[in-house]
Amino acid sequence: MSKLKLATVWLDGCSGCHMSFLDMDERLLELAEFVDVVYSPIVDTKVFPDEVDIALVEGAVASVDDEIKIKKIRAHSKMVVAMGDCAVAGNVPSMRNPFGPEAILERAYIENATLQQQIPCVVVPKLLKVVRPIHEFVKVDVFLPGCPPSAETFHTALTALVTGGPLDISALTRFGA
Amino acid sequence: MSQTITIDPVTRLEGHGKITIHLNGQGEVEDAQFHVTQVRGFEKFSEGRPFYEMPSLMARICGICPVSHLIASAKACEAIMSVRIPHTAAQLRRMLNLAQMVQSHALSFFHLSSPDLLLGMDSDPAHRHIFGVAAARPDLGLAGIGLRRFGQHIIELLGDKRIHPGWVVPGGVTEPLAPSKRDEILAMLPEAYANVQLALTAYKQIADRFQQEISVFANFPSNYLGLINDDESIEFTDGTLRLIDPKGEIIEDGITANRFTEAIGEAVEPFSYTKFVYYKPLGYPQGSYRVGPLARLNIVKSIGTPLAEKEFAEYKQLSSGPIESSFFYHHARLVEALYGIEKIEEILTDPLILDKHVRATAGVNRLEGAGQIEAPRGTLSHHYKVDENGKMTWANLVVATGHNNNAMNKGVLQAARSYVKDGKFTEGALNRVEAVIRTFDPCLSCSTHAFGQMPLVLSLVSPDGEIVDQVVR
Ligand code: SF4
Repeated sequence: MSKLKLATVWLDGCSGCHMSFLDMDERLLELAEFVDVVYSPIVDTKVFPDEVDIALVEGAVASVDDEIKIKKIRAHSKMVVAMGDCAVAGNVPSMRNPFGPEAILERAYIENATLQQQIPCVVVPKLLKVVRPIHEFVKVDVFLPGCPPSAETFHTALTALVTGGPLDISALTRFGA
Repeated sequence: MSQTITIDPVTRLEGHGKITIHLNGQGEVEDAQFHVTQVRGFEKFSEGRPFYEMPSLMARICGICPVSHLIASAKACEAIMSVRIPHTAAQLRRMLNLAQMVQSHALSFFHLSSPDLLLGMDSDPAHRHIFGVAAARPDLGLAGIGLRRFGQHIIELLGDKRIHPGWVVPGGVTEPLAPSKRDEILAMLPEAYANVQLALTAYKQIADRFQQEISVFANFPSNYLGLINDDESIEFTDGTLRLIDPKGEIIEDGITANRFTEAIGEAVEPFSYTKFVYYKPLGYPQGSYRVGPLARLNIVKSIGTPLAEKEFAEYKQLSSGPIESSFFYHHARLVEALYGIEKIEEILTDPLILDKHVRATAGVNRLEGAGQIEAPRGTLSHHYKVDENGKMTWANLVVATGHNNNAMNKGVLQAARSYVKDGKFTEGALNRVEAVIRTFDPCLSCSTHAFGQMPLVLSLVSPDGEIVDQVVR
C-alpha cells in the first residue's frame, strides 16, 4: 500500500494544535510508516502539493493570505480536517471581531510604539474585516474540537482516517478547553 | 536589472515569516529583510475582560511557550493585586517554566534544526526533517522526541494539560503537587539526562564542520539582555534584567518589570508585523541587542548546577569575551536544557514542595502592573492597566522575537551576502539563510501575537515591477 500524503497548515492560530500533534511523541514515528508528511511547518516543502490525501488545518481565517491558502488547500486535498477550536469555530482569533482590524493595528503600531509609528504594509498581508472559521470558506470533512485537541484525539482520529475505520472521537473532544 | 529573491515561508520555524533578498544590477546582495506576516491583536481585544482571566487568555498567544505567557501574565496580575505568592507556588511555577524551557529547546534543536546539523545544509530537502533524522540516526530521533516528551509530561503532571494548562492563576497555582506526581517526575530524570547528553555529544562532534556558517550566521558584536540573579547566576523566572555591551561590560543592571518601559522602546518598520525593540538611552537601532540562550550565557557568571556548570565552562572557551556568532545559540540551548533538568531535580528536593498552601488572594490594589520572565527564546514582558473593578483597559506585550528582530535582519543580510554570489545561489544556500533565523528559534506566533505563510518563490523582478523569471521550490 502506498503511503497517504498528509499536510498540516497553520492559519491564524497559536501553533498549539501543531504542538499537540507533535505530542503524539513516539507514535509519530509509527504514523510515519503509513503517511508521508508532504507539507507542514516542520518540513521544507514551500508549495502546497497538487494532491494531498489529508490536510490538517490549524487556525481561523484572518487575513487575505489565509483566505487564499484555505481555498488552495481545499482544491488540492481529498479530506480537510479543521484542527482545534480556532479552525472549528473562530475561538481566540475571532475575539478581535468586536473591535475590528483598524483598532488592533492602531493599538499595536501607533499607541504601543515608541518610534516610527506606522501600520506595516510592505509584504505583510492585509487583515480581513472579520475573522471566521474555515467552514465558512470551504467544505470541511472532519472537525476536531479542543484548544488544542489532545494528542490522544489526534492519534485516534488519524488512525481511523489512515485505516479507513470508523471515526468516533466524541469521548475525547474537549470543546473550549 | 534588480532582482528580489523571496523565501516564503521560512520553514522549520515556529510561526511564519518570509525573507526577501534584494540584488542590484550586478547581482550583488544590497539588502535583505525578514518579514513576519500576521498580527492578532491581544493587546486590544483583552480590553474590557477581567484581569484574572489574562493568564489563560494570553497563553493562547503561543502553543510552544504558553507557560511563559501564563507566568508573565500572572506576575503582571500579582503586581495589580500587590501580593507575594506562597513559596511553594513560586517553586512549582519555576519547575513548570523550566520544563517548558527543556521541551522548547528540544523542539528547536531536534525537530527544527537537527535536520540541517545532522543531515547537512545541502541535503535533500525532501528528507530534511525530523523523520529524516529519525531514519538516519534513530538514537537521536528518539532522544529528541524523548526530551520534548520529558518537558511536556511534567507540564501535564503539574497542570493537567500539556498545552494551555489552566493551573497558573494570579496569586499562585490552583493545585498543590501530589506525592505520586513528584515520584513520577523523579523517575523520568535518568532518561532525560541521557537524552540531553546524547545531544551535547552529537553537537560537539559536528560543530567543527560548520566553521563557514559560524563565521556568517549573525556573527557580529552586539549588546545582550537577560534576567540574572543577585549572585550573577542564570535565572528564568525571577531576578532582574541586565544589559551588557559587546565587550561584556554592564550598560544597565537591575531593570525590574516596573521599570521596563523606562528602559525599553519599540520601533515599527513597514515590512514586518513584529516590532523592533531597543534600549531607549542608546536609541534605535544603536540600542538593539540580542536575547535568548546566547545572550543569557554571555551575561551570567555561573549556572549553579554541577553538570551544566561544567558544560558552561567548556562553552565559554569559545571566546574570551561575549560569544558572538548566532550559530552558538544551538550549543547554548543544550547547556540550558541540561541546567533545566538539574534544577527541576533540585526543586523536587525542597522540603516544602508538597505544601498545600499554593495560592494568595486579593482584589485590585493597583491600577497598573507588569511582569517579566525569560521565555525559552528570550525576555518576555506583559504590562497591563485595569479600572477599579479589575476590567482590563490596556495591555502591552514585548516578546523575545521583537528583541532579536534587528539582529535577525542583520544576520539574514550577512548570510545572504556570503551565500548569494553574482545573483547565483543554490537551494542549500537559501536553506542556510533560513538556518540563520532558526538559530534564534524565533516564535513568530508570539512576536505579532500571530503568523501567515505562502510558497517559496524566487522571483526576478524588473525595475518596473514586472516578474521576469520565477523558480518555485
Ligand atoms: S485551538 Fe487553541 S491551541 Fe489550537 S491554535 Fe487555536 S488557540 Fe491555539
